Amino acid sequence: MSAPAFDNKIIKWIDERIPLFTVLEHSTSSYPTPKNLNYWWNFGSLALFALVIMIMTGIVLAMNYTGHTSMAFDSVERIMRDVNYGWLLRYLHMNGASFFFICVYIHIFRGMYYGSYKAPREILWWIGLLIYLAMMATAFMGYVLPWGQMSFWGATVITNLFSAVPVVGDFIVTWLWGGFAVDNPTLNRFFSLHYLLPFVIFALVFLHLVALHTSKSSNPSGIEIKGPQDTIPFHPYYTIKDLFGVGVFMVVFLGFVFFAPNFFGEPDNYIPANPMVTPPHIVPEWYYLPFYAILRAIPDKLGGVIAMFGAILVLFALPWLDSSKVKSGRFRPVFKWFFWLFLADCVVLGWIGGKPAEGNYIPIGQAATAWYFFHLLVVLPLLGRLEKPLALPASISASVLKEKA
Amino acid sequence: MSSHSISAAPSGSSQGESRRDFLLIATSAVGAVGTALALWPFVHSMNPAADTLALSTTEVDLSKVAEGMAVTVTWQGKPVFVRHRTADEVKAAEETPMADLRDPKADKDRVQKAQWLILIGVCTHLGCIPLGQKAADPRGDFGGWFCPCHGSHYDTSGRIRKGPAPLNLPVPKYTFLTDTSIRIG
Repeated sequence: MSAPAFDNKIIKWIDERIPLFTVLEHSTSSYPTPKNLNYWWNFGSLALFALVIMIMTGIVLAMNYTGHTSMAFDSVERIMRDVNYGWLLRYLHMNGASFFFICVYIHIFRGMYYGSYKAPREILWWIGLLIYLAMMATAFMGYVLPWGQMSFWGATVITNLFSAVPVVGDFIVTWLWGGFAVDNPTLNRFFSLHYLLPFVIFALVFLHLVALHTSKSSNPSGIEIKGPQDTIPFHPYYTIKDLFGVGVFMVVFLGFVFFAPNFFGEPDNYIPANPMVTPPHIVPEWYYLPFYAILRAIPDKLGGVIAMFGAILVLFALPWLDSSKVKSGRFRPVFKWFFWLFLADCVVLGWIGGKPAEGNYIPIGQAATAWYFFHLLVVLPLLGRLEKPLALPASISASVLKEKA
Repeated sequence: MSSHSISAAPSGSSQGESRRDFLLIATSAVGAVGTALALWPFVHSMNPAADTLALSTTEVDLSKVAEGMAVTVTWQGKPVFVRHRTADEVKAAEETPMADLRDPKADKDRVQKAQWLILIGVCTHLGCIPLGQKAADPRGDFGGWFCPCHGSHYDTSGRIRKGPAPLNLPVPKYTFLTDTSIRIG
């Protein structure tokens, strides 16, 4: 890593004392990026963009929010009606959460299809999963803050998951609540943690990028960079491509913010929380639905909780469960189909998670749960041994030139 | 550091080295335990505060609850079901064979006076409030309560009979102050 020569004397003076400009230049400008990245590679930068939107809107929302059970609901309504542009900031924040998850889900499935988690990117993958876990915790606690019916009962159901822990379960739940039910102490600590965790996510994103820039970006061919002919500098080629992605993202995102701001929400959350009345049908936010379906597929409380957390934790082992030497699904004729089947399975789980646990929904949810684990624990390890991959191109550069021909 | 450091007797030239190892291990151990202990106030601050604990009793006047009716009162932020059971409901609860129960408890161990059933009205699955307190509510397959969230059925003694909940609705600690009033907690 040789320091670039800066012409500006002030920049040079600063950079010799703290190499801010050198680091910036290496990581955002000259960073050698595979020349064949497709649009699925836009979603990492889009997720970062969404995170920035969430933190910016969140900071100003917190200036008008009151974290008390008797005032929280009204303070959110005041933001909507009286605070200048409060409606806009809150709708950006609400829909921003959904779009953050959309970007991250696409980003994760992209990694799964192109084998981006394989050596040398296992730790990069792990940090990504930690970001995902932190996002789920943050979103869950944020959803509690408006103190509507779904806020309250969502918090009750999810914190009660921990009561399934043998022996100490009840102590854990009381500790999480700071009382004997979800109440003001719970709301207060959720607000505190909801403000803290995005900065933890930000730190994890930084580590994610450090790991990325160490192992370099993966790419659709799944072949590692072999020389300068395989790469182009990040700036201007990918800065402009990522910015174009941001433009498209904004069209869709702001479309929802302005024209269907409550599309992802639940009407019940506009009813103030009532600890004495459970809504007939509790549904979590859409991004949790697949895991909620897995929770309910197991007819045993502890078993359901283990399966639900296991569904995420098993992803940490993915780099070793997938035994194929070939990274990209492009060159794996059988894996390709199983990938789409797995994606469909996750969608089915999401659909079941939003339905009541009755009738045919139960066996469908159980079958989809079984397939989720079967795919990860049995199909992937076997496929790597049985499947005959297609011939790989000689290099990234060769793969691009071949496509053109 | 060497593995024999702590037990090593002071002898010859190794004396200084092993004493240093011992000091290092002892200091590290005290530091680690001290840090762990210092975390306790942070952890414990999240447990229920004194004022939360102080709200620990609720009194209920039973004279207004006619036979077959039920009321819901709040205790520690949770709903408590008080049901005035009919003779048939008591009979059904008492005659249920233990073998049919997931969490086997005799009805007589769950009440102080047979007609008064007092329960914490929080589903033992994931904390929803079961239906069955109001006359128009569904009471499930066993005439007690039905949780709409994930479909748990409780009988006329509040015992789990069907669905994902693992345990019976818990009985809070309560005392009869007079024949027609109780104090919960």
